[in-house]
Amino acid sequence: MARKISYQQAINEALAQEMRRDSTVFIIGEDVAGGAGAPGEDDAWGGVLGVTKGLYHQFPGRVLDAPLSEIGYVGAAVGAATQGLRPVCELMFVDFAGCCLDQILNQAAKFRYMFGGKAVTPLVMRTMYGAGLRAAAQHSQMLTSLWTHIPGLKVVCPATPYDAKGLLIQAIRDNDPVIFCEHKLLYSMQGEVPEEVYTVPFGEANFVRDGDDITLVTYGRMVHVALEAANNLARQGIDCEVLDLRTTSPLDEDSILESVEKTGRLVVIDEANPRCSMATDISALVAQKAFAALKGPIEMVTAPHTPVPFSDALEDLYIPDAAKIEAAVRKVIEGTRSAA
Amino acid sequence: MSTHLSPEQLLHAYEVMRTIRVFEERLHVEFATGEIPGFVHLYAGEEASAAGVMAHLRHSDCIASNHRGHGHCIAKGVDVYGMMAEIYGKKTGVCGGKGGSMHIADLEKGMLGANGIVGAGAPLVAGAALAAKIKGTDDVAIVFFGDGGSNEGAVFEAMNLASVMNLPCIFVAENNGYAEATASNWSVACDHIADRAAGFGMPGVTIDGFDYFAVHEAAGAAIERARSGQGPSLIEVKLSRYYGHFEGDAQTYRAPDEVKNLREQRDCLMQFRNKTTRAGLLSPEQLDAIDARVADLIEDAVVRAKAAPKPQPADLLSDVYVSYP
Amino acid sequence: MSQILTLTMPKWGLSMTEGRVDTWLRQEGDEINTGDEILDVETDKINGTVEAPFSGTLRRLVAQPDETLPVGALLAVVVQGEADEAEIDAVVQRFQAEFVAAEGSEQATGPVPQKADVGGRLLRWFELGEGGTPLVLVHGFAGDLNNWLFNHPALAAERRVIALDLPGHGESAKALQRGDLDELSQAVLALLDHLDIPRAHLAGHSMGGAVCLNLARLAPQRVASLGLVASVGLGETINGQYLQSFVAAANRNALKAPMTQLFADPGLVTRQMLEDMLRFKRLEGVQQALEQLSAALAEGDRQRHDLRAVLGQHPALVLWGSEDAIIPASHSDGLDAEVLLVPGAGHMVQMEAAEQVNQRLAEFLRKH
Repeated sequence: MARKISYQQAINEALAQEMRRDSTVFIIGEDVAGGAGAPGEDDAWGGVLGVTKGLYHQFPGRVLDAPLSEIGYVGAAVGAATQGLRPVCELMFVDFAGCCLDQILNQAAKFRYMFGGKAVTPLVMRTMYGAGLRAAAQHSQMLTSLWTHIPGLKVVCPATPYDAKGLLIQAIRDNDPVIFCEHKLLYSMQGEVPEEVYTVPFGEANFVRDGDDITLVTYGRMVHVALEAANNLARQGIDCEVLDLRTTSPLDEDSILESVEKTGRLVVIDEANPRCSMATDISALVAQKAFAALKGPIEMVTAPHTPVPFSDALEDLYIPDAAKIEAAVRKVIEGTRSAA
Repeated sequence: MSTHLSPEQLLHAYEVMRTIRVFEERLHVEFATGEIPGFVHLYAGEEASAAGVMAHLRHSDCIASNHRGHGHCIAKGVDVYGMMAEIYGKKTGVCGGKGGSMHIADLEKGMLGANGIVGAGAPLVAGAALAAKIKGTDDVAIVFFGDGGSNEGAVFEAMNLASVMNLPCIFVAENNGYAEATASNWSVACDHIADRAAGFGMPGVTIDGFDYFAVHEAAGAAIERARSGQGPSLIEVKLSRYYGHFEGDAQTYRAPDEVKNLREQRDCLMQFRNKTTRAGLLSPEQLDAIDARVADLIEDAVVRAKAAPKPQPADLLSDVYVSYP
Repeated sequence: MSQILTLTMPKWGLSMTEGRVDTWLRQEGDEINTGDEILDVETDKINGTVEAPFSGTLRRLVAQPDETLPVGALLAVVVQGEADEAEIDAVVQRFQAEFVAAEGSEQATGPVPQKADVGGRLLRWFELGEGGTPLVLVHGFAGDLNNWLFNHPALAAERRVIALDLPGHGESAKALQRGDLDELSQAVLALLDHLDIPRAHLAGHSMGGAVCLNLARLAPQRVASLGLVASVGLGETINGQYLQSFVAAANRNALKAPMTQLFADPGLVTRQMLEDMLRFKRLEGVQQALEQLSAALAEGDRQRHDLRAVLGQHPALVLWGSEDAIIPASHSDGLDAEVLLVPGAGHMVQMEAAEQVNQRLAEFLRKH
């Protein structure tokens, strides 16, 4: 069987393999080496959670600690990308997007269009997202729908170590700017990952569970929560199909529609806030293009329309869990029983 | 006066400045006819800055400009007709009519784009400079921003980053006295923008932007410093724009006769002509010949741009991505 | 005397850690006999049927359809003799309280495949069993050693059995040089040398059959016998459209059609099987290897190699599924070999009719 490594190791391995293959790939970010200029080790941290640990010594001069200035180094990564390099910049927490948004929103994303198709900006911005670490409102957001909303960006949210490696290699080789979102609670997740180099294509959702009764569409960490719910529901005789989008831009509309055409029922699960979210986007897509196949209303399981709270008592309520997904599924199933 | 510049270099400098001036003055006229979509920010009056800096650059050096970018584009060698067609929103424009005045770019010429976001070019050229450093070339990267842009955090972050990483990067602050309608002597907290260089550990100078030779010399020193691996510099170029922030700006915030006096007493083209002809470096005939050639060039660009086709409906959806399944 | 027995999730093959209950084939209250098919289970490789390991009355179906359970988890309770519901409840409760899923620890201690540089390239192989003249299992085009997961343990009960990943496949090195049959046969020979095996039984599936035949041609003294399962090289035709669409397929939907052609029962093509194949195809170097090999094997619907002349020099058993949609079962006609035609099975006959194939192959090997 294939070797098992963690999501975090898979990301590190993807970076190492691509840096070895392509000398134009480099890493820049806050503490990506960690320790630059400090009295201790030069790569004391290897990223705030150690994701880039060890790369500094393997690739001298290509793992660059930046001063704490997200506009400065994210913008520098964008600029370097226009000059024939393939920067992988790390925005430590996606919440810091507020600081550097212009360089992504108005620069990287728009160059190709504004410049009449002449610019190529192969930027990867790796960033950590998601609730569950008691990190409160400024270190726990999703923002996936924000990125997905912006034409010119590709948005990737791997759910497994296998996908993390293959999608990151794809992202580095991709010629468009890619926002690569890593859920902080997934870093320790173990999974089978080939030692060899491979890519997972963008825009191809993964059917992580086949089922006939209802379609659960989700992405990122919620894939595992949806699977837990699906397994619980199986004991009650409800057979869920679980679709992991893998990338929200491009979006695999065909697979979503294919599944809903089969099951006639849809629950969308999104860890993000509900308004203008992937959940509403996918619900609208299905309502528009597969309405006739629907046996009843679509349900959405999302975070509430609040910031992420700090106290565990509140954060646990904030994050969609299997029980909420099961309740939503039962609601749809019961509401459509006559049509079943 | 004396200069180490050859007659060819002097003629080229004059031609660049003259092209910018005629290009902008013609746009001023054409914009009033209502035929040009959107809005344009004219560079007339500031020509010595673009020409003086760009005289030291090659295609592989990279610049980033701002909303007032026509002069930088022309001085960096972007095709004048392609620029004019772009400003008219035509398919034959340098950006296919998808960028317009504020987004003219030509990456092959090292022109990383005019930019509609004030200060945004600074981090981008820090990145271009970083790319040169990683690739091991001796290319440099230069950003042009105004007194308004000099107050942007993006510029501060880029200056700090460039200094920390010792990047071959030059920050050119074109201080024309007004950020839109707000005076720089009110909005910039220190006496000179160049004073800020000390805070980022780099040299900073303030120079007269009406004097081509002063700009040329200061830029040459900073670029040489960058090329030889000694890091970034800040140059504050003090100059003035002859037109409003954008075309249609009534400029009620400016003193009466402010522009008239500048044009008559300090104009960069006038000074350049006087100095070079009085010193016997160039003849008035040589410069007149350039004037005539530039007039023809701009006339031709306008006629062709007006006649050029607009983008097709299909162009709306193309060029968002290199590839998108 | 009464006995309360527990039927648990079996472990099929190397990588199975859990199975998903598909359908119960028998009802509560049914009398069952050893070997009866009790329920269908979907694993990460293939769907299989759990057979009764003992006789008795099927008293309690614990696992629900569509439920995913780890290996060793309780599926059902079977009673020999008499037991009341309370006694059964107690057994179930005790089992569930004590059961701990293996979490891969079993895999760490059990036999694992090996990898080594063999003749200048990385090869992976997996050994089970010991003694006797060794048997080497050679998978087909785009396959790997897991193609034998229902055969390998059974055959290893009587001898040392080695399944390998051919170059360009599984976890062996992907780069091929010439990308032809000789290169693959030489790699198998190199593995025999590496393992100090002077002489072995060879069994090959599809392209692997041709690899074995070709090895017998190159080094006849190394071959004890040939087991040829739906083999390439025994006739003129092959489903060229299958090869073409399989090589071209880059996503699940494109892959589904050719993969379905491999089996007589299309229901055997699981989501996970497609996903595993996609994972293989995404590995760097695989696409090129597959293109090289498909070109080496066939031109359109014509096979490039006729290896029938090799037969006759070694004892040979030819096995074929009657519903093979890739290489016609009629290729088994008139060969100088023992022949078993398995009715109702497709190209992956060793998976679809594992029991029959294992029995016949073991019997054949015992004779030679």
